[in-house]
Amino acid sequence: MSSESVQFHRDADRLTHDLRHRAWIQKALGGYYVKRDEQKAKYTDWQQARATAAAAKYEAVNHLDKYLVELSDKLAARGTKVFWAADGAEAAEYIASVARDAGVKRIIKSKTMTGEEIHLPQALEKAGLEVVESDLGEFIVQLRGEPPYHIVFPSMHLTRGEIDETFQKKLGSAHADTPEELTMIARDVMRQKYCQADMGISGANFAVAETGHISITENEGNARLSTSLPKVLVSIVGIEKVVPKLDDLATLLPMLATAGAAQNMTCYNTLLGGPRQPGETDGPLEFHVVLLDNRRTALLADPEQRDALHCIRCGACLNVCPIFKNIGGHSYGTTYQGPIGSVITPHLRGLQSWKHLSFSSSLCGACGETCPVKIDLHHHLLQNRRNAIAQKPVWWEMPIFAGFAWFMRRPALYRFAAPMLRLFEPVMRAIRGMDIDPASMWTRTRDLPPVPQQSFKEYWRARHAKR
Amino acid sequence: MPNDSREKILRRIREALSVKAPARHLVGAHQSGHSPQDWLPPVPSSRADLIALFEKNSADLKTEVRRCADAAAAATVLASLARDNGWKSVGSHRFSLGNDAVSALGLPVVFTDAPYETASLERCDAGISGCECLVAQTGGILVTSASAGGRVLSVLPPHHVVIASASQMVGDLADAFALLRKTEGSVPAFASFITGPSRTGDIERILVLGAHGPKRLTVLLVES
Repeated sequence: MSSESVQFHRDADRLTHDLRHRAWIQKALGGYYVKRDEQKAKYTDWQQARATAAAAKYEAVNHLDKYLVELSDKLAARGTKVFWAADGAEAAEYIASVARDAGVKRIIKSKTMTGEEIHLPQALEKAGLEVVESDLGEFIVQLRGEPPYHIVFPSMHLTRGEIDETFQKKLGSAHADTPEELTMIARDVMRQKYCQADMGISGANFAVAETGHISITENEGNARLSTSLPKVLVSIVGIEKVVPKLDDLATLLPMLATAGAAQNMTCYNTLLGGPRQPGETDGPLEFHVVLLDNRRTALLADPEQRDALHCIRCGACLNVCPIFKNIGGHSYGTTYQGPIGSVITPHLRGLQSWKHLSFSSSLCGACGETCPVKIDLHHHLLQNRRNAIAQKPVWWEMPIFAGFAWFMRRPALYRFAAPMLRLFEPVMRAIRGMDIDPASMWTRTRDLPPVPQQSFKEYWRARHAKR
Repeated sequence: MPNDSREKILRRIREALSVKAPARHLVGAHQSGHSPQDWLPPVPSSRADLIALFEKNSADLKTEVRRCADAAAAATVLASLARDNGWKSVGSHRFSLGNDAVSALGLPVVFTDAPYETASLERCDAGISGCECLVAQTGGILVTSASAGGRVLSVLPPHHVVIASASQMVGDLADAFALLRKTEGSVPAFASFITGPSRTGDIERILVLGAHGPKRLTVLLVES
């Protein structure tokens, strides 16, 4: 087993048995389900909205070269510097060099999962820069030295008490009782940071090829401030974020809000198409857009799973996933948790090291059904399993399956074995889940169904004999 | 820094796309000729109904909407807001609906359509701005640099007051985009939909207003 798989099984096992954690997550998501359904009900046709959104992303992803060049040219036309980064190291190196050239010391960062993916804050801190997360949830987990728990709700696993403790310890703040007081503590700290920072870093939810804009969705206003106050702005954008037309956003922005946060529309949806223009009095003097590949082209090269690049990172598949709800976000050990993370991480970081995520699925299909851009998530989990085995067969599984098939095709043997099973059942029950049980891996966490006292064949024969 | 990766990435993309993906995502999607109205939340056609929808959505979002018969009435409402909340200074810019109302306040004003100090805007009690348009379907307010005094005014002070004319009401986001292209010639380098006062649910998923942006958002809707 890979070390990633060992970590996953250990953490998943621990959290599944943590009933307090499970109850907490259920409660946090309970409100989401109600509000999301209320919002969805307002749509004239939610399924048609999904089809439209999926078609827009399909068009973009399947003509990615065309739309990226268009985006890049349109951005450059208004004075934005576009940098194409093949991997995370290249992106981080470029951003550090921009900071160096502009004499930057302090960076204020709004939420970017792509930045998280390439460990951008750590790389910049190593280069001697101060990096502060401005999104409240991200700020809290940054203070605690934790990765985000959920791609949309980074601190959903924490109670107000835990957050209060963190603030007291790290910020020296007074004891606070309510989410409102805690939010205001962070607001006051952050206000200073915005005004002091000389560089802002943001992600992007979409990038519009037609007009040359990136689009940022948020609720707090931290991205608005981070992208307009510092003199230098860098936005890191995965290459799959591009959409062909501005009008695509008329559907995608409300859907992202509904699927992701059970809102009609999130509080701020900002289009950025360039640094401060002639006639403008504020906004960054330099604007850099980093287009990041980081193995997205490897996923693109798999036509079967290419639609995983449609993902708009709304987190809806996490919220409905029975696995996520039981093992929590940190157990995955990935930047992207839940079904979408289980699907794409093997492509981004290696199939053999991350295949275990595709096996931890009940295949209930809830993820595929909820996805606003119709990614075939649960089938992709199966395809990852198939690909992993085809690439590296498990030597001891093959004779077992072959033996099973041989046995099942021999009725005489089956007739002989069934009573044997009945005979051994008391022993099997007695040792169930213990180390001496040869099937303990399976039986430790699962019930053993009782062996029927009669096979169907025996029952049928007896029934006819009576007549 | 030289950028060698552009061609490398484009080559990888073209290689990958040489194998076609199944087109099942196009099945069931409307072809061209359909408007977002066919799937998004419905939008009425008359202006009065649009305004009613905007008000309803605003109430859900905790945006305060005050209908004002004319510009003078808006000035009166603005003056009472200033009085009731003890404003000491405000940020604003020059726009036809707001000029008189802002100067009538008799307060120090930081104008953001001329070079200004961020720190002095940060100390203001309110930001008073115009907007590009109002979006009924979402309860949103579209701001641009030209229509709302730059990129910062609408988000830095703790109370944002928008003075807008009822004729600026549009149906949905697509209408707003169309208007934007018409009035500004092209989509400007900065545009933002503001949908309610700043909010967060990051602590226990409990809604708190005023996370980083304004804690209060007031729309003065001038009807004539």
